[in-house]
Amino acid sequence: NLQESESENKLDAETASDSESRSEFGGSAPVPTSDDTPEVLNRALSNLSSRWKNWWVRGILTLAMITFFFIIIYLGPMVLMTIVMCVQIKCFHEIITIGYNVYHSYDLPWFRTLSWYFLLCVNYFFYGETVTDYFFTLVQREEPLRILSKYHRFISFTLYLTGFCMFVLSLVKKHYRLQFYMFGWTHVTLLIVVTQSHLIIHNLFEGMIWFIVPISCVICNDIMAYMFGFFFGRTPLIKLSPKKTWEGFIGGFFATVLFGLLLSYVMSGYRCFTCPVEFNNDTNSFTVDCEPSELFQLQEYNIPLVLQSVVGWKTVQMYPFQIHSIALSTFASLIGPFGGFFASGFKRAFKIKDFANTIPGHGGIMDRFDCQYLMATFVNVYIASFIRGPNPSKLIQQFLTLRPDQQLHIFNTLKAHLVDKGMLGSLEDA
Amino acid sequence: EVYLEERLHELDLRSDSDVPDVPPPTDSTPEILKRALSGLSARWKNWWIRGILTLAMISVFFLIIYLGSFMLMLLVLSIQVKCYHEIITIGYRVYHSYDLPWFRSLSWYFLLCVNYFFYGETVADYFATFVQRREQLQFLIRYHRFISFALYLTGFCMFVLSLVKKHYRLQFYMFAWTHVTLLITVTQSHLVIQNLFEGMIWFLVPISSVICNDITAYIFGFFFGRTPLIKLSPKKTWEGFIGGFFSTVVFGFIFSYFLAQHQYFVCPVEYNSETNRFVTECEPSELFQMKKYSVPPLLQAVLGWETVNMYPFQMHSIALSTFASLIGPFGGFFASGFKRAFKIKDFADTIPGHGGIMDRFDCQYLMATFVHVYITSFIRGPNPSKLLKQLLILQPEQQLSVYKTLKSHLVEKGILQPSLRG
Repeated sequence: NLQESESENKLDAETASDSESRSEFGGSAPVPTSDDTPEVLNRALSNLSSRWKNWWVRGILTLAMITFFFIIIYLGPMVLMTIVMCVQIKCFHEIITIGYNVYHSYDLPWFRTLSWYFLLCVNYFFYGETVTDYFFTLVQREEPLRILSKYHRFISFTLYLTGFCMFVLSLVKKHYRLQFYMFGWTHVTLLIVVTQSHLIIHNLFEGMIWFIVPISCVICNDIMAYMFGFFFGRTPLIKLSPKKTWEGFIGGFFATVLFGLLLSYVMSGYRCFTCPVEFNNDTNSFTVDCEPSELFQLQEYNIPLVLQSVVGWKTVQMYPFQIHSIALSTFASLIGPFGGFFASGFKRAFKIKDFANTIPGHGGIMDRFDCQYLMATFVNVYIASFIRGPNPSKLIQQFLTLRPDQQLHIFNTLKAHLVDKGMLGSLEDA
Repeated sequence: EVYLEERLHELDLRSDSDVPDVPPPTDSTPEILKRALSGLSARWKNWWIRGILTLAMISVFFLIIYLGSFMLMLLVLSIQVKCYHEIITIGYRVYHSYDLPWFRSLSWYFLLCVNYFFYGETVADYFATFVQRREQLQFLIRYHRFISFALYLTGFCMFVLSLVKKHYRLQFYMFAWTHVTLLITVTQSHLVIQNLFEGMIWFLVPISSVICNDITAYIFGFFFGRTPLIKLSPKKTWEGFIGGFFSTVVFGFIFSYFLAQHQYFVCPVEYNSETNRFVTECEPSELFQMKKYSVPPLLQAVLGWETVNMYPFQMHSIALSTFASLIGPFGGFFASGFKRAFKIKDFADTIPGHGGIMDRFDCQYLMATFVHVYITSFIRGPNPSKLLKQLLILQPEQQLSVYKTLKSHLVEKGILQPSLRG
């Protein structure tokens, strides 16, 4: 018994530092991922050397994904939302599977069911909040929806609690630590995956341009940084990802800002991208039709003197949104990569090469989306802070649920405020 | 090399075996108590220490209530910080990671960020008039989410930059441990404060119900306990559970009756910018006005009354005490499972005879969230002051159109007379 506890103490001490024998993940040969490149591609590329073959496979798949992206955009908001949902579920599945593999806990009692149940609960909560906001009139009309919406938080909480109690009841004597690990793992995964996907959907409802430009900037930065690194790369950027270089980083930054400016210019001209997505009660479908806001109306800007000599123009016609796109692309290029480094660190920590084998040549869905983590949150916070304030119709809805005395108090305060600002005369208007 | 790695990996996953307990915590009982109780046997001594400390804690509780809302907020904040510290320290011990580069600073930094975010979102709403007057605060409020996000991002980037070659896994474990701890402790404490602002009764009754359930379940178990309740906590019994349930409901019912009579407990806490103090003065809402209820015929025979005068709040208190007795204990089981999983006896040694602060608050976890969800679902809609704040941020044209909509709605409902100027 003493020996056992000694060896366990030794184990604990050794988990403190990854053992000496473990080197960069490239050193200890990971199990090669099974080759699921389609037969077609295999035959077409059978003549090339394996290095070029890999490059071609990656290239073709990249083009395939980008084409797919354009198709879904064409198909509209509903399809986009569904795709976001699917990506979210796949990412969740990938990360949870890694957890199972790390802890060999695939057979833990109840645990698979509980993980999916928690995913369902959290999604129910977030979708309920979103649906209530954007589909307000529809919800108010249908009786069951109205009740679900009114007591939404209570229902969500009850569902979550049920999962929590099931977890407690499922604790099994010899597996406590593992079960708590998986519980923690599930919650952190939910925090990362589900919140991001819902913020993306919020951004989407603000206008498809707020969805497309950020995601494209991250993809562009990925590709540009790779190319600049390929041709000019010399100085390593960070020990975590030995393939990244400063040249790639900086080149990618400038290329992405430029790309963002151009893409925004092209997109700002179309209503289907710039208008908030709304649900039309009469046609029961999504519409994107509106009077474009100031952000999407061409304005004349004076070029700062410094650039005048370079560019040769005195003024330039731009959309205000393009200025915002600079902020978005800057974030995508400077901070987005940290999401990628985080994922690299994660893969090294748990000694995996890729999150999964879903996309040939690229790895799992998470591998493609790791830089997008922070982008969605940033865009959402950016919109809420700098673009628009709170949504007036939502405020009116909230107002209608208050008690009469509260309503009166708010009304009078608002009135006094407007009178103060001179927007309202002392006499009442109709 | 591979063999060593696999063995380590295996041991990491090995199911909990019967490993000897962590050595008993150092005895932090004050000298005075020790001398006073030196005559008694060890078992009774332990019982007396627990009893005295229980009374001490309850007295501190009453004292703080007397001192008012601001002190209560400070108390909640201190407890939150201490709980966070306790859980993080356990993480360090489990992973022997006390010397990880940067990690202690990062954990405290994240705590600061999340607290900053929550205090800005919730508490700032209540100080709207105070904030309106000061320019710098207005800036902080307007861009609050952006600032909080930037602060959090800085921490995130520092974490990524601090990843050290041989310690990746540990660092990720501690990162996740920190975040889950934040999720548990910080959100709960902010919900407690929001409940407090709704009216001190919404803070006192739930917490007292949980404490009462703890004590009465223990007493019922002590005297009548026979059937074990759950393998996780062998000391709990069904008799204790059921007895505790009924006593807590009765206690909650009676306690609410007394509290509902005083404005001090019943009124929402408001900040008076003129006197720079918190005030609890208002016209008590319907919940706290006596009403006549007809006793259902079943109970009429038992009690002998036909109607009874009660506060509507007392009905709600039944819901609160029921939750405290039935679901609250799951929080306790969760904590017990946690302690067994990581082979610790108590969260810390802060309170002699009781363990750490977390040991006292483990059943309160879910209560605060439940009360908050209950209030927003059944008692009132969204927070009026938050709504007002958002209205004042709108563009002037939007404000005007909202004003007109509101006005027509109020006139329709007869709340506002169209002919008056008021």
